[in-house]
Amino acid sequence: MKELLTRLCGAFGPAGAEGPVRDMIKEETAPYSDEQAVDNLGNLVITRSGSGDKTILVAAHMDEIGLMVTYIDENGFLRFTNVGGVFTKLLTGKRVVFQNGAVGVIGQEKLKDSGELDLSKLYIDIGAASRDEARKKVNIGDMAVFYSPLGMSGENRVTAKALDNRTGCAVLVEALKKMPSEPAHRIHFVFTVQEEVGLRGARPASYHLKPDYGLGVDVTRVGDTPEPEYKLDVSLGKGPAVKIKDTSIICHPRVTSLMIQTAENNKIPYQLEVLERGGTDAGAIHLSREGIPSGVLSIPCRYIHTPAEMVDLEDLDNAVLFLLRLLEEKWE
Amino acid sequence: MFIKELSKISGVSGDESRVRNYIKEKLSAWGIEYYTDSIGNLYAPCKGSGSEGRETDLMLSAHMDEVGLLVASIEKSGHLRFYTVGGVDRQALVSKPVTIGSNEVKGVIGAKAVHLQKEEERKKELKTENLYIDIGAGSKEEAEKSVKVGDYAAFLVEPSGEELITGKAMDNRAGCAALLEILRRDLPYSFTAVFTVQEEVGCRGGTVASYRLNPRAALVVETTGSFDTPEVEEKEYSTCLGKGPALTLMDGSVITHPRVLERLISVAEELGVPYQFRRYTGSFTEAGVTSFSREGVLSGVVSTPCRYIHSSTSMLRRSDWEHLVELLGGFIRSVHEKGVAD
Amino acid sequence: MFEIGTFLKEITETDGVSGFEGRVASRIEEAFSPLVDEKRVDNLGNLIFLKKGESKASSPPARVLFCAHMDEIGFLITKLEDEGFLRFTSLGGFDVRTLPGQEVTVYGTRPVKGIIGGKPPHLRRERDKKQGLKTENLFIDTGLSKEEVKEVIQVGSAVAIHRSYLPLLQNSAAGKALDDRAGVAVLLQCANELESVRHEADVYLVATVQEEVGVRGAVVATYGISPDVGVAVDVCHGDFPGALEHEVSKLNKGPAIVAGPNIHPGIGERLVRVAREYQLPYQHELSPGPTGTDARAMQVSLEGIPTGLVSVPLRYMHTSVELVSINDIRTAGRLLAYFARGINRSFVEELTCL
Repeated sequence: MKELLTRLCGAFGPAGAEGPVRDMIKEETAPYSDEQAVDNLGNLVITRSGSGDKTILVAAHMDEIGLMVTYIDENGFLRFTNVGGVFTKLLTGKRVVFQNGAVGVIGQEKLKDSGELDLSKLYIDIGAASRDEARKKVNIGDMAVFYSPLGMSGENRVTAKALDNRTGCAVLVEALKKMPSEPAHRIHFVFTVQEEVGLRGARPASYHLKPDYGLGVDVTRVGDTPEPEYKLDVSLGKGPAVKIKDTSIICHPRVTSLMIQTAENNKIPYQLEVLERGGTDAGAIHLSREGIPSGVLSIPCRYIHTPAEMVDLEDLDNAVLFLLRLLEEKWE
Repeated sequence: MFIKELSKISGVSGDESRVRNYIKEKLSAWGIEYYTDSIGNLYAPCKGSGSEGRETDLMLSAHMDEVGLLVASIEKSGHLRFYTVGGVDRQALVSKPVTIGSNEVKGVIGAKAVHLQKEEERKKELKTENLYIDIGAGSKEEAEKSVKVGDYAAFLVEPSGEELITGKAMDNRAGCAALLEILRRDLPYSFTAVFTVQEEVGCRGGTVASYRLNPRAALVVETTGSFDTPEVEEKEYSTCLGKGPALTLMDGSVITHPRVLERLISVAEELGVPYQFRRYTGSFTEAGVTSFSREGVLSGVVSTPCRYIHSSTSMLRRSDWEHLVELLGGFIRSVHEKGVAD
Repeated sequence: MFEIGTFLKEITETDGVSGFEGRVASRIEEAFSPLVDEKRVDNLGNLIFLKKGESKASSPPARVLFCAHMDEIGFLITKLEDEGFLRFTSLGGFDVRTLPGQEVTVYGTRPVKGIIGGKPPHLRRERDKKQGLKTENLFIDTGLSKEEVKEVIQVGSAVAIHRSYLPLLQNSAAGKALDDRAGVAVLLQCANELESVRHEADVYLVATVQEEVGVRGAVVATYGISPDVGVAVDVCHGDFPGALEHEVSKLNKGPAIVAGPNIHPGIGERLVRVAREYQLPYQHELSPGPTGTDARAMQVSLEGIPTGLVSVPLRYMHTSVELVSINDIRTAGRLLAYFARGINRSFVEELTCL
């Protein structure tokens, strides 16, 4: 799991430019897929046909937050905008990397007062001395992501950029590998695009696949750090969480109770999650067509949307087990 | 070149019939068939001279509506209170003439005279509730003879200029004019030009149009703010007048599909048409709804750069618009030659 | 004969916060069942009733959708504190200032009564007053110990406001969840009227879910029914001292018929014509953009649904003492029934914008 997660987090994949992540997942899962397809928007759909008559869509988004170059000045400094929810205050001094490997650092103009800080006061320095030199490496429209490879913290915890949501991708990939050759249902594992900019990829995928049930796998916030922003009753290392509600969805009671039952029966540690701010792919899935009863399996994650997000590998292992058992259930 | 004629017509979101009628007249005169739907979109399918493809495979859309006002109530004094419709530039409202309702009653937007305002009042931004439309009526009864609650009001501005064109509602009559121009040309690939409604209040027309057509690719023809003026630093310019049509990389509603963007760039370069990127990445366009319609549609946005958008008078350069039309034509030809998916 | 007040009392005293509408849904189902030809519950819990039309033509009958949302704003438990106090978040938009002292019902493995508490006024400092009241500083007190609480209640348990229905003067009434159970009562009144009103069109009466968290139920209900015409029934702000004329509608002066970009002029005008023809009192309401009602979702469903909106004037919206006039509800129900009477294929075809 750690090895897979290291590679997935290392891959480049901001919203709208998920190609490298998609290629990695395609290759990794090819031996375990009955069918692989990429749709118009770039969602990767891996299908496993099963014995039952139900179709379940399991979604994890491939994309991560990033930056997009909007202007190159004559001295070779790059101006940029955010792709997804980037914290402006955390950017100064961080390193970023472009798809071609060019590495830059984010610099900050002099501020009159700290309240003045916005993206227009920041720039990326890629070491170019002029506009022409910069253009040899980077063009307007190119995206960058944090340069922040995975590292261990303590016995079981890892930090890296893009754990939101390569964690979910890794859980799906591992589950695919461990699934029986004929699962209980027809399962579409969908690795979606553009979640970070508004749950955009999942909607057309769900419309196309017409599942009976939807299940999102994504990271969620925790409330176990000093003075957390939200009084959320979710902790790192206490097992995956069953989402009850976030801004995008109130999970279907039938799905959440099936999830709770499955965890209880299999003695898998789990937590219950009510997230006051934030949404996930299931929000788009459950509103497609005539409505798809949906739930979310969440993986607790600290410091979401920073260059160093943190998850507990034990939670991931439990999430894989949870997902496998859940997909064996009857889903009636 | 119908920009100026289109600019003059009132067509606030939800009240686009006059714009629709103007376009229908043009289409009828040229023998081009069209149909409409219940929300008010106008569809003009165009059979390509060289293709068997369906007209619905490629959708080109431009919205007909403009931002404006809606009469909310009539005061005893005969003044009209109003709502704004869409994202009107509120600082541009005061002391502008407007035209109201189907009878085209004229009025001006008034506020308390500056002489009567206290020192601190003058520093504050004028809010909609401090403003009213004055049609010259002396009483509610008098006013009600000409206007009624629920009437839409649009800015009253006479368009002018040849190279540098000014007028109201350039966003997005310039786009409508570009689609009209394209419809008159002999192009090899089939497409449907859609003149949509209610873009300024949330892309409502575009949502149903893209569902209805279920196209394989969509190009949204827009007008976009430039911000290339004093009081803005160059690094915050979005586009520049005179540097050609703007291609959207990303906005608040869409990240342009790379295949569409790359195609637009290669077409522009082959044709020698100047182009620029829209550097401001906020706000929304219809590409945000076409992209995610049904099973997902390859979508892009091309725009005429324009100053003072969403105010009473905006300004664009004719050459940018002409290059936009060239680019659209080139794009359609390239879809014929190479398809759009590869 | 059907008594609006009796029905309102029953359904406003039954809980059903967004996403957890089951309890109120079963009461609504009981009341509608004798009056309709078909019923079903869709994937998200929308309650869909059909009153079939007597179509004479060989072509399939026109389909009319009338909907009102049955969910109410409420809360979800986010955390169990060590002493047994419960932290919560809101489902839908509350004025936090109306919450302290409010009685609630927490739906754990069994319903538990509780009170919303906060810092007592005696201990509130100047600083607290400046910051204003926030949900995160409030809590629910059930009186149970932590151990007892843990047995019954968990993170994610739904919480509803507790308030008895209160009949007032001039055939008006106050209570909670009248937004939009008043609309559901309008639908029931309409179903009753349709017993004696001949109609060609198939009339779908739908109690939708999850309106208060983003008109979600209406999105899928409209897709599933694919109507030719839709009218949402919701509430609008009733008059109060100091309100601007165009911000409010008057109570007991009939339902408000809405106009604006969200509304198809052909539907809005037809509603007005019907009201005049049957001498039903009505008012005008304007909305300059997409409304915050099911009509918002309906209009842009599928290839576009010609949409109308009828509002019942209501005071003190999103509090536990919402106040409506029963007469307005009755009038709105009649208006919908008479509107349905005139709907047929040719009317639908005329709705294309020419």
